Amino acid sequence: MSAHDGSHHEDGSPHLAHHFDSTTQQFDTVKLGMWVFLATEILMFGGLFCAYAVYRRNHPEVFEAAHFYLDTTLGAINTAVLISSSLTMAWAVRCAQLGQKKGLVLCLSLTILGGFGFMGIKTVEYSHKWHAGIWMGTSNRFHPLHVEGGGHGTEAGAGSHTGTGAATHAGTEAGTGTGSETGSGTASGTESGTGAASATGTAPGASPPPAPDLLVADVARPSGPEHTSIPLPSRGESGLSALLVDADPGHTTSGALEGGKHEVHVEDLADGDRRRVHIFFQIYFLMTGLHGIHVLVGMGLLTWLLIRSIAGVFGPRRFNAVEIVGLYWHLVDLIWIFLFPLLYLIH
Amino acid sequence: MTTSTDTSARARPGEKASPPSYLEHSKGIRSWLFTIDHKRIGVMYLWAVLGAFLLGGLFALLLRTELMNPGPTLIADETKAWDFYNHMFTLHGAVMVFLFVIPAIPAILGNFILPIMLGAKDVAFPRLNLLSFYLYSLGGLFFVWVLLSGVIEAGLDIDLPGGGGLDTGWTFYTPYSTSSSSGVTAATLGAFILGFSSILTGLNFISSIHMLRPEGMTWFRMPLMLWALYGTSIIQILATPVLAITLLLLVAERTLKVGIFDPALGGDPVLYQHFFWFYSHPAVYIMILPGMGILSEVISIHSRKHIFGYRFIAYSSIAIALLGFLVWGHHMFTSGQSALANAIFSLLTFSVSIPSAIKVFNWLATLYKGAIALSTPMLYALGFILLFTIGGLTGLFLGALSVDIHFHDTYFIVAHFHYVMMGSTLFAFLSGMYHWWPKIFGKMTSPRLGWIGAVLVFVGFNLTFFVQFVAGSQGMPRRYANYPEQFTIYHQISTIGAFVLGLGLFVVLADWLWSLRWGKKAPANPWGGNSLEWHCASPPPLENFAIAPTDAGDPYRFDDWVRDEETGGYVKRQESPA
Repeated sequence: MSAHDGSHHEDGSPHLAHHFDSTTQQFDTVKLGMWVFLATEILMFGGLFCAYAVYRRNHPEVFEAAHFYLDTTLGAINTAVLISSSLTMAWAVRCAQLGQKKGLVLCLSLTILGGFGFMGIKTVEYSHKWHAGIWMGTSNRFHPLHVEGGGHGTEAGAGSHTGTGAATHAGTEAGTGTGSETGSGTASGTESGTGAASATGTAPGASPPPAPDLLVADVARPSGPEHTSIPLPSRGESGLSALLVDADPGHTTSGALEGGKHEVHVEDLADGDRRRVHIFFQIYFLMTGLHGIHVLVGMGLLTWLLIRSIAGVFGPRRFNAVEIVGLYWHLVDLIWIFLFPLLYLIH
Repeated sequence: MTTSTDTSARARPGEKASPPSYLEHSKGIRSWLFTIDHKRIGVMYLWAVLGAFLLGGLFALLLRTELMNPGPTLIADETKAWDFYNHMFTLHGAVMVFLFVIPAIPAILGNFILPIMLGAKDVAFPRLNLLSFYLYSLGGLFFVWVLLSGVIEAGLDIDLPGGGGLDTGWTFYTPYSTSSSSGVTAATLGAFILGFSSILTGLNFISSIHMLRPEGMTWFRMPLMLWALYGTSIIQILATPVLAITLLLLVAERTLKVGIFDPALGGDPVLYQHFFWFYSHPAVYIMILPGMGILSEVISIHSRKHIFGYRFIAYSSIAIALLGFLVWGHHMFTSGQSALANAIFSLLTFSVSIPSAIKVFNWLATLYKGAIALSTPMLYALGFILLFTIGGLTGLFLGALSVDIHFHDTYFIVAHFHYVMMGSTLFAFLSGMYHWWPKIFGKMTSPRLGWIGAVLVFVGFNLTFFVQFVAGSQGMPRRYANYPEQFTIYHQISTIGAFVLGLGLFVVLADWLWSLRWGKKAPANPWGGNSLEWHCASPPPLENFAIAPTDAGDPYRFDDWVRDEETGGYVKRQESPA
């Protein structure tokens, strides 16, 4: 928002707003305003980081167990994509300062492309989560109020909204008495096209792991190894997880970095902790979702910059719009740099 | 947004002898709605905030009436009466906090006065400033919807989606707020939007104070009002985003059942309290700090004496702003925090009283041997000192761990925070309004009506709230619609006081409206102040100063101004050095 404001003042040939004495003063003010705005952004995310910290501190094993469901490879690729886009953004600012129009247009385009890449990969990750029944709210199969058959039984896309609604309603009726076990096994229909899933995803109850259907889904998914986005309890050595690994020979472990360490998996958790597994995903979706919205806003701002730079508006004497959008983009990048290890690389 | 309109409106007729005032330079509703002039935005805020205040006050009178007697008073049916009461106290609190006390001083007086005090033409980001006004209006509409839907639901006995009044208390504590069928989602979204309005105002003030000061105005030559607004802005910037995310989490909790605050789903309801108070305690200082800034101006100017301990007052504003972030836990002494956390929060809470007391003592020292004029602004300022002292000292009771266990959630705390929020902030607001009214509208208010209003407000306020200390210390819990016979006398005094207070506030309003129509024309400097806003015309022209002032001078040195009997104001001494 403040990005918009600052640059609007630049409109027109005397691009000095009426209430400033000099362009330097205007430039510095706009920049200061942007920094202050970024501070509010950090505080806003700070609330979520704080919630994360509290739950991780109180239930470290829950977080460790839950994070195996995130795809480290895709997360890492996204980190690289976003960092590269920050580089091109910084380059764009430099080009604007030097008056290199071509370079500016190219760099801005690349940055936008990075945004698209990031959001694209994020979409892939989200849709895998959706298929796996690890979604927000009661559509998460670890959620105590999650009811079988609600939500994502159908192939995603079409039924997504109504599905969520149904799950919520059913959940409410079921009340809290449903307990922790109901959560498992509902992903049976996830990859309904494969057919295999329905055979495996039948076992609700305390001891059977919630994961097998996911793994089958993974195997069954025709696409390449990068798309096996639910890596899942593949690294554990303890009984059930070992079994699962065996059941999934084709599964490339995207995050088998420290195989030697003792790891906690969802099926190792006590009942009370199992109820909390969904909290990790709620925090995951809230944090990455809010971050994703920021990326989208940034892409909008960048597109606006691109249009204006093609029109040749920016030059050595007028580049502060590029610079402050750059600041915003770097912040969005920076937040991701914190999100990635905190969510994907828990040990 | 409306660039063409703005530029045409801005086309000022050269450098004429006296340019038209900001009120007259352009006409029509569009010239107001699309204005980016900080003064007009301030005036629009004034009417909007007063509207909210009227609404909140109405709720207060209704809930006080319900409490007039034990048992149901306004509605015969018991359940309905209790329900009605729950809605009333919640709406009263939410509207007063989010729509009145928080925006009142910064958004009205801050917007109007800050750029002029800086000798600037406008705030740093005029368009953001207008946006913040519209965000305020939008957020306000959400509350209006909550209210209307509640009325409709009660009247027609139907169930509206997303509406139906508000009965959680203004704090929206979980778990009740996640299950209440009233309009919690709409209200929290409204508060979320209001938060952005507040953030944009803070952002604007910080940028303006940093970048738009005239040459010669160093940080320590700024009027203390600016220090106070700066401290306020820091809190708005740093605390409000946390409220925003908290309210989003609450909405997610209600709509998606994410369970972060719900123990049945593995979450923690106390975490909500931590989040909420991390914003809402500093928000208390968003309410009081700008009021303290007004006090520093009014006390000094209306006693014709240089402010005592300028640097201490300036630093204490920043100290309050920063310490305010460290004390949120004192709202949760009984929520099951660890004993260690309680002890630390208690200690830090006591430490906030140091900068607060510094201010009070400096104001008293300023008054000492000053030529105190009992003008209307000064009456409210003196009222502030007394009431703030009572409110502050009773705060010490509540900060003490053992005593708080007894007082927690009783009328003692109700009385305490009304003494600080209303007795102090409202008094400061009225003081500031009377102080700058001549500057804003170019009209003098009536001293007699001012007196009557001030006395009624003061008496009514104390009648309402002082007895609540007594009732609370005897165990009357807050937020109860019914009570045992023994508390009847306190509640009756309190209710009568509330109506006296309401009457007093209507006298104030009458005074203001009277002055707009019949008030004497105000001189440029009616009180003899020396900060820059008294150097420009009343009301100021569009861009405030014909020539941007360069050297600000000591804002509290009044020697150069002498009284001019002709206009009733003060004029600069002729032989004064440039």
